Parts: sequence; structure tokens; C-alpha cells
Amino acid sequence: MIGLGAVPLIADAIDEPFYTVLFSRMLILSIGAVSLNLILGYGGMVSFGHAVYLGIGSYVVGIGTLHAVEDGVTWMGDGFIHMAVAVCASAIAALFIGAISLRTRGVYFIMITLAFAQMFYFIAVGNESYGGDDGLSLYMRSDFSGLLDLSNDNTLYYLNFGFLIITLYLSHRLIKSRFGMLIRGAKSNEQRMRSIGFPVFRYRLVAFILSGAICGLAGVLSANQTDFVSPSVMHWTRSGDLIIMIVLGGMGTLFGPVIGAVAFLFLEEFLSEFTEYWQIFFGPLLVLVVIFGQGGIDGILVRLDNWWSKSSLSKQKQ
Amino acid sequence: MNWILLLEQTLNGLQLGILLFLLAAGLTLIFGIMDLINLAHGSLYMMGAYFAATFTQWTNSFFLGVLLTLPACMLFGIIVESIALRKLYTRSHLDQVLATFGLILFFNELVRLIWGPIGLDIPLPDILNGSVELFFGIRYPAFRLVIIFAGITVALLLYLLVSRTKIGMLIRAGASNRQMVSALGVNINLLYTIVFGLGSALAGLAGLMAAPIMTVEIGMGEGILIVTFVVIVIGGVGSIRGAFVAALLVGFIDTVGRSFLPDILGLFVSNDVADTAAPAISSMLIYVLMALILAIRPQGLFPPKGV
Repeated sequence: MIGLGAVPLIADAIDEPFYTVLFSRMLILSIGAVSLNLILGYGGMVSFGHAVYLGIGSYVVGIGTLHAVEDGVTWMGDGFIHMAVAVCASAIAALFIGAISLRTRGVYFIMITLAFAQMFYFIAVGNESYGGDDGLSLYMRSDFSGLLDLSNDNTLYYLNFGFLIITLYLSHRLIKSRFGMLIRGAKSNEQRMRSIGFPVFRYRLVAFILSGAICGLAGVLSANQTDFVSPSVMHWTRSGDLIIMIVLGGMGTLFGPVIGAVAFLFLEEFLSEFTEYWQIFFGPLLVLVVIFGQGGIDGILVRLDNWWSKSSLSKQKQ
Repeated sequence: MNWILLLEQTLNGLQLGILLFLLAAGLTLIFGIMDLINLAHGSLYMMGAYFAATFTQWTNSFFLGVLLTLPACMLFGIIVESIALRKLYTRSHLDQVLATFGLILFFNELVRLIWGPIGLDIPLPDILNGSVELFFGIRYPAFRLVIIFAGITVALLLYLLVSRTKIGMLIRAGASNRQMVSALGVNINLLYTIVFGLGSALAGLAGLMAAPIMTVEIGMGEGILIVTFVVIVIGGVGSIRGAFVAALLVGFIDTVGRSFLPDILGLFVSNDVADTAAPAISSMLIYVLMALILAIRPQGLFPPKGV
């Protein structure tokens, strides 16, 4: 984590600002993945539509700055308002999706969240006044009146970094709290939780909304990072990518999603430099990871650690 | 309202519904029996279309192409099943989603590598290319009628296969109690492979029938896969009858909604608003339908028995 904090300095030092942008994207997707991990990793709710909230957050910035630049409505370019609106809008969308899909389990839940995500995707595609299929280019970034200047990529990087730290801290506190215990308990045995007398559905719904709201914030950051908003932000494969990051990193662990996001973007960058058809390697790799690597990168690290301490113990015995 | 247009759109809806049913039947069978959620089902549909395009080109005959495509799809499905999917049956649904998502990425790139990034067209033979006069002088494209009849025939055959034959009995038994079937000495792995091959052939059939009316392109299976999920969720996961009813319902609502919603909205709000809002709303219709049905019946219209 400390290493991540020094990235812009190193990138500036070796004169490769490209790395700042790459790592910035890692941080943003990490926030998204950490938020999804709250419900997927800890709560066992496999939401296949989490990119919706990335999209909502992005569109709040896109639409807001469009009106700020073209119609001169300055408050619509304000970063604080973007964040507030994005969080509220994502929470409302999550309430709607969650209230219906959480009534179901397992495969139903996966398919329904995927279907609703597709619905939001089509709303964005069909909305011609805000770019439709082609999307919107941002002519300005969110304006934090004098406090922060986001047009500087390094400032944006540290904003992303700060939000990731806050998200991780929040998620850590949440999981250790009574609320978090309940969500985790409902994952391993829902019936028991219910018979103790907890309204599991309501707790799950709150977790679902919270997770969506955090991801909406990541959407605001993401729009500022790419200076571009289009329906592809919430394409269903994006939701798949988020799940991959979590499983790759190790689900149900605090830092797993961050490791996963970093590894995912590195792989993408590395493989696509190697060949244009990088997904032909990435696809089977994913299948292999699922079949053979349980617990993701985090799990492998833990196993390595165990193996290390075991072998050093046996050496001591000798 | 224009009745001829309504009839035409109803037939179009029926035709879309039939395509959806072919996909949904395979997917729901695979889920019901092997407890496998297969995202790559859309890839099998895509392969059906690409195989059909290639074989038609090779043989210079659409009919020969079709005859070659079906077994090719079945074989392709069986290969995929035995290499990658067989290991996933006992895994969690999350693992299955991820692995089959990986397969989609792989197949999309594979198709891009072999056939190139540009979409293909399949020329139809003259007999199918014209239109047929129905009644009252209404003309309708012949090929779309063929799709409807072929689909209904396949649906009937599938019904007979599942409810009247020995293999159908095993399929139903496998869906309700896997361990018992295997304990009674049935080769469950062979049964799985057969069912997967059957599902692949159905998806391939849908792909090859869709190919001449939509373009054959990379990723063509993904959009329709999600709609197929909607169909399965509405119909009840694992139920073929539910898949049939829901597929027709979704096909009809989607098609008719898209063509008539601007007029219907125009009755309530100004035409300008109706014209801009209609495309967005009409693409939402089937999801709203899904939400409504789930709010009333979380298990879908025809939940399978004993689950």
C-alpha cells in the first residue's frame, strides 16, 4: 500500500506519467472491487451487475459537467455535488435492484442482477440527449472550488488513493462490527440467523445499498480519470471484470480486491502489449485459476507463508 | 391502430420468441440437470452462426450448410464440456460464472482470429428469400415463417423426447435426484455429455437460423444470452414448459413494444417526448416484466417440482 502511495513520484522521476494513469485506474477499480467484495466476498451475494453503479457515478459527472460547460450552470460542475448525487443515485438504484433480486437466491440472483444491469445499460444507450451509444466527452473535471485541482493527474491520483484508504478502513470496521458479523453469518447459515431472530433480508439490503453507493463514488472518480463517459462503463463485461478482480485477489479478504485489481490491470497491460488477441490467453487463464487456484492470489500468499514457516520450523528441529 | 402491422409484428415476436426458446431450453436443461450456469451458451449460439456461414460457403448450398452445422455444434459442445466444464459441476455458481466468462473471452478472440473482425452475411437460397402470401393479402418473409415452423417442430420433438423416451426419463430423473440416478447404475457422466450436446445443438440451431436475418458478428451471443436469462428467470429455472411460455411472452412484448410504444406513449404525452423516450423505455419493457413477475412469484411462472 505504501508503495502505491509513491507511484506518482516514481513515475515523475522516470518521466513516465503513463504509469500514474495506469495506477490511478487500478486504485479506482480497487474501490469498486472492495465495495463489491462487501456483498460478494463477505455476504455471499454474487451480484453480476455492479458496474451499474460505476456507470451511474460516471454519468452524474458527465451530465453535470456538460450542463456546467454548455449552459453555464456552475453548481452542476461542483465536485462535492457530483459525489453527493452519485452516492444518492447509486443508493436508490441499489435499493430498487436489491429489493427485487434479494428475494431470490443462487443462480436466480446472478441472472437477475445481470438482467437489471443490462436494463440500465440500455437506458444509457437509448438516451440520445446525453450521447447515447457514443458517450460524452468531459470538457472539464469535477471542480473542488480551489481545494483540489483535478486537472493535475497527480492530484487526482492522491484523491483516488485517499478514497481507497477510506473505503478499506470503512470496510474493515464494517466487517468487524455487529452488522458485518450478521452479513457473514447469513452467508454461512441463513436459516440459523433467521431463527435467532434477525431480519436477514433487511440487513442484506442495507449491505447491498451501501456497496452500491461506494461503487457510485468510484464511478465519479473514474469519469474524472478517463475524461469520457459512455455506456461501455456499465457493460456487463465490466461487472464480470470486477468479479474476476475479487476472485483473482482472494474474496472475503480485506486487501484481496486491491491485489486483484492491480494484478488484473497488469495482466491486461502486459498481455495486450504481447499480442492484440490477449483475451485468448486471459480466458483460459481464468478457467485455470478457477479450477486450480482456490483463494486467489491472497490464498496463494497465505499458503506460501504457511509453507515457509513450516519448512523453517522443520529446519530448526533438525 | 394498424392491424396488418400488428399481425406482422406479432409474427416477428413469435419468431424472436422461438429463437429465445431454443436457447433457453438448452440452458435450462443444462442448469436443471447439472446445476451448471453456463454463460458460454451465447458462444455456442455464435459458433452456430459462424459454422453455418462457413459451411454454406464451402458447399455453396444453404441446406447442406445447415445439415453440417448441427452435428458440428453438437460436437463442439461435447468437446467444450469434456475439456473445461466437466470439472465445474461440483463447484459453486460463482466459480462456474467465472470460468464460463473466461470461455466467452476465449471464444470471442478465437472467432476474431479465425474469421476476422468484420461481420459475415449468409445469402439465402431463392426459395427462402421471397415472401409468402398469408391471408387477406398480407405478405410475410418466407424464411421467418420457416424459423417459426422449425422452432415449433423442435419444441414438440423436445417435449416428446423428454416425456416419452427412455433418455427423457433419465433426464427428468437426473434433474430431480442426481445421486439416486447414479446409484441406480446410470452412467451419469454420459448423460451429462448427451444433455450438453443436445443443448449445444439447440443453441447452434438458434444461431444458424438467426444468422441470415441478423448479421453474424463477434459477441452476437451475449446480448441474446442476457435476454435468455430473463426468459429462464420468468419461466422458472429448470422448467422447459416455463421456458417456452416465457420465451414467447418476452419475444412478443419486446417486438410489439418496440414498434408500438411510440404511438401508445403519444396518446399520453407530446409526440416529441414520446419519440425520444420510447426507445429507452421499450428496451426496458422485458426487464420491467421480469421485475413484476418476480415481485409476485420469486420462483418464476413454472417452478420445477421438488426443488
